[in-house]
Amino acid sequence: MERISKEQIRHVADLARLELKEEEIAHFGEQLDDVIKAAQQLNELDTTNVEPTSHVLDVRNVLRDDVVKPSLDRDDVLKNSPDDDEGQIKVPSVLE
Amino acid sequence: MGAFTHSLKELHTMLHNNEITVEALVRQALDRIKEVDGTVGAFLRTDEEKALARAAELDQQLQDGTADADEVLFGLPVGIKDNIVTKGLRTTCASKLLENFEPVHDATVVESLRDAGAVTVGKLNMDEFAMGSSNENSGFYPVRNPWNTDHVPGGSSGGSAAAVAAGEVPFTLGSDTGGSIREPAAYCGVVGLKPTYGRVSRFGLVAFASSLDQIGPLTRSVEDNAYVMQRLAGHDERDSTSANVEVPDYLAALTGDLKDMKIGVPKEYLGEGVSQGVRDRVREALDTLKDLGAKVEEVSLPHSKYALASYYVIASSEASANLARFDGIRYGVRRDADNLLDTYLKSRSEGFGDEVKRRIMLGTFALSSGYYDAYYKKAQQVRTLIKQDFEDLFLQYDVIIGPTAPTTAFKIGENIDDPLTMYANDILTIPMNLAGVPAISVPCGFDEGMPVGLQIIGRHFEEATVYRAAYAYEQAVGIAALPEVKGGAQS
Amino acid sequence: MSYETVIGLEVHVELKTNTKIFCSCSTEFGAPPNTQTCPICLGHPGVLPVLNRQAVDFAMKASMALNCEVADVTKFDRKNYFYPDNPKAYQISQFDQPIGENGWIDIEVNGEKKRIGITRLHLEEDAGKLTHVEGQGHSLVDYNRVGTPLVEIVSEPDIRTPEEAYAYLEKLKAIMQYTEVSDCKMEEGSLRCDANISIRPTGQKEFGTKTELKNLNSFNHVHKGLEYEEKRQEEELTNGGEILQETRRWDDAKKQTILMRVKEGSDDYRYFPDPDLVHLYIEQDWKDRVYGTIPELPDARKERYIQEYDLPAYDAAVLTQQKAMSDFFEQGLQEGAPAKQLSNWLMGEVNGYLNQEGLELEELPLTPKALAEMIALIEKGTISSKIAKKVFKELVENGGDPQTIVEEKGLVQISDEGAVREMVNEALDQNDQSVEDYKNGKEKAIGFLVGQVMKASKGKANPQLVNQLLKEELDKR
Repeated sequence: MERISKEQIRHVADLARLELKEEEIAHFGEQLDDVIKAAQQLNELDTTNVEPTSHVLDVRNVLRDDVVKPSLDRDDVLKNSPDDDEGQIKVPSVLE
Repeated sequence: MGAFTHSLKELHTMLHNNEITVEALVRQALDRIKEVDGTVGAFLRTDEEKALARAAELDQQLQDGTADADEVLFGLPVGIKDNIVTKGLRTTCASKLLENFEPVHDATVVESLRDAGAVTVGKLNMDEFAMGSSNENSGFYPVRNPWNTDHVPGGSSGGSAAAVAAGEVPFTLGSDTGGSIREPAAYCGVVGLKPTYGRVSRFGLVAFASSLDQIGPLTRSVEDNAYVMQRLAGHDERDSTSANVEVPDYLAALTGDLKDMKIGVPKEYLGEGVSQGVRDRVREALDTLKDLGAKVEEVSLPHSKYALASYYVIASSEASANLARFDGIRYGVRRDADNLLDTYLKSRSEGFGDEVKRRIMLGTFALSSGYYDAYYKKAQQVRTLIKQDFEDLFLQYDVIIGPTAPTTAFKIGENIDDPLTMYANDILTIPMNLAGVPAISVPCGFDEGMPVGLQIIGRHFEEATVYRAAYAYEQAVGIAALPEVKGGAQS
Repeated sequence: MSYETVIGLEVHVELKTNTKIFCSCSTEFGAPPNTQTCPICLGHPGVLPVLNRQAVDFAMKASMALNCEVADVTKFDRKNYFYPDNPKAYQISQFDQPIGENGWIDIEVNGEKKRIGITRLHLEEDAGKLTHVEGQGHSLVDYNRVGTPLVEIVSEPDIRTPEEAYAYLEKLKAIMQYTEVSDCKMEEGSLRCDANISIRPTGQKEFGTKTELKNLNSFNHVHKGLEYEEKRQEEELTNGGEILQETRRWDDAKKQTILMRVKEGSDDYRYFPDPDLVHLYIEQDWKDRVYGTIPELPDARKERYIQEYDLPAYDAAVLTQQKAMSDFFEQGLQEGAPAKQLSNWLMGEVNGYLNQEGLELEELPLTPKALAEMIALIEKGTISSKIAKKVFKELVENGGDPQTIVEEKGLVQISDEGAVREMVNEALDQNDQSVEDYKNGKEKAIGFLVGQVMKASKGKANPQLVNQLLKEELDKR
């Protein structure tokens, strides 16, 4: 691993809420390093005045009217929830 | 009854001539799945009860004479890739994390097919969250290539391609982010179209890379494909990136005539890295096209070699955000822990497979503070150059043709832990997603017993031209045969 | 050493649209938990956002009212972070191309005018509501609020005192209410404020390390929190300590700011353009159309009240500070009330009553028409100012129409000369001593006599007439 350190791998995993074991850090690290190396190939190209493309089509100003439509039944809202209570989704405490 | 071998049009005629019923077709699909899917693994689950109930409704409509006689998809069984949401039918994206997720609404394409009278019989296996080129990344079990079950079917819509090749259903829906419809279509010897970005609504397609994803049909023949596409294409107010462009009559484009069509063949697509067998089949196909009256010239897409890197940065970056919602809080499998952070960490780490984690990591890295310009922005700038390459060529050529994949289907396990080699399979399909142009894969013969795919690429919104070329070729060489699939338990 | 305080405010204002920013769920406040949600705002797999036109119009209107330049091209970005109230684990916001930039508002503190810069105004979606369940080790999430359109308004670090911060917030709220883009109810969370504060030695150019204050649930909390923090930082530095980049929350019970967390570096939100949404090109005619909907704003109204109605600057400022008050005033004028009298009643009795009862003007049954009519009754002499207070009490507590109240309660002023003269003579007959005193040059005695007449008339006799007739009758004696 030359292009990405273990520290960075840990930071990235933390941002992505992934828990990696030590061996995974090493393993993913190697593989990410390879991909990043391949990505650095892009630096061969001079893109100084090239606009980035985030959409291939020039679609603009897609807007809808401010008209209320029915919401979901609460039963459907909670149908897939791992845990709920009194119509609300239950999660481990947000206070430390 | 066995495998589906008739065209959609033939099945349609049989239904309206009372030679067969919708129920019989649905049962044929369910029986065929029972017969061969233990080996193929194309389906993750079927919906027998609802499919048969729906079949009864549709049969009633046929009897009452209320069925739309012009609707070719009416009464036909369809399989849906498991990253397209189906109300009340579990949709898992082949991920353990979504193992228990039951959508509360239908995707727009599912609604469209339903309105047309097609019957969803089940959900199709895939690489987890559509990340992969071999279907070995399914969180449940791999799909096997019906031509040789030691080989991969391609990915990520491996189930969608294999189900058609194994005759389990007459048509399926897949999704294509970097080749995920076309590559498995090529590997399994069926027809698969990736439409123009914005042509088919993405509403209800579980996003992998939002700026690249498109839903498209997989079928036995070009004509079948056009019939399905006719129902999928169109503007959808629920998808802001959906194009408000008129949908032409795709069937009308199937003339068999190629006179004066100008075809560009990028030299980069027949260069090193593409196997000799694939090159030979593609050259033969080009000769056939010439014989049909097309003008074929060698051209260049100079930025081709940068497409792969650009793609992996963009797709992974978008995926890192798109897959963040799978956190076990509101739906999906939650791994309980004492505190919130550990709940996130455990749910995601135990729920996602390695490839998904790898791409989330890459994308998170590419977007992270200090790297955004060097990776994400750079990749988007290169995307502009790649798109420009196509625009330049399309000033002079009606379609661009090359192979769909550099090789035929490889053996299961061959590339599993070598991401770069695995990613290189997509090298010929990725540029079209980056440019947003439509592209089809049609079978063009075999190399060592495995199917080869011919890729035909068109201008934005010119699926009709793509179909025209593909149909003329298919008429000249005949619709590809389907393999014999032996039943029995998965080996 | 003397220090200078530097304050920057980040204000979130919920826009008063019917539906959420990216889906068609209602934004109505107060519905049972999770009844105003759909797959889109819940972030279900496969859903896509579609932008609400009204939210854009409101954000443009707010930008213009805050003197911002409105972007020609703008877009939405994803801000990535995990939290249970953030269903997609990214918030759709605006990063480098906000709708509005480079604006300002004028404030006045202790008679001094000051212009506070506004860095930017951007549009984004609100999060859900988390409730911590005390002692149970879990929290509950209600997603009704998620996706409500918000504008975030970021000030330049131009504010120097907690008073200026207060004045800035008052003015900002007034502008948002005048433009009707938000109802700005802090108690319902439709206006929320975070404050950044640092201090630096007077004369130093570089900013000191700032702390961020949260949980500021009223403008008073902002004021108190900043005052506390100003003092805390100064003491810290004076004692040789250092200020850390911290997030602190105001604890109103303890009257102090409490450390929540120390920030290490900046947060890595990995912003990138949302590929599910397309660019917005805001053409001039769109801007013109929105500009045309901006009503007269508080500063302009205040000027007009001074010029047109000759009101003192202070009065004009008080009247225009809240849209409801100002609108009440305008409607009262339309009902024919004289500006000065109307202003006096609003600033005096009405405001006094609101403060005393802790009510908002909108909650009173009193209408501008009723107040105007009551003032007319005073002007005509039908009721005295004293009686008017009784009528006002009735109006402000139970509403109704002044004329009817006056009649029903028999509050009409007695201005009939014969009747009053009779009462006067009666009083004079019964108070020989006072008559004597008056005759002996004790002018004051007349006051007592007036009082007697008023008492006899139960307060209804016209006081001027009583005065006049008393003098006449005394002179006759």
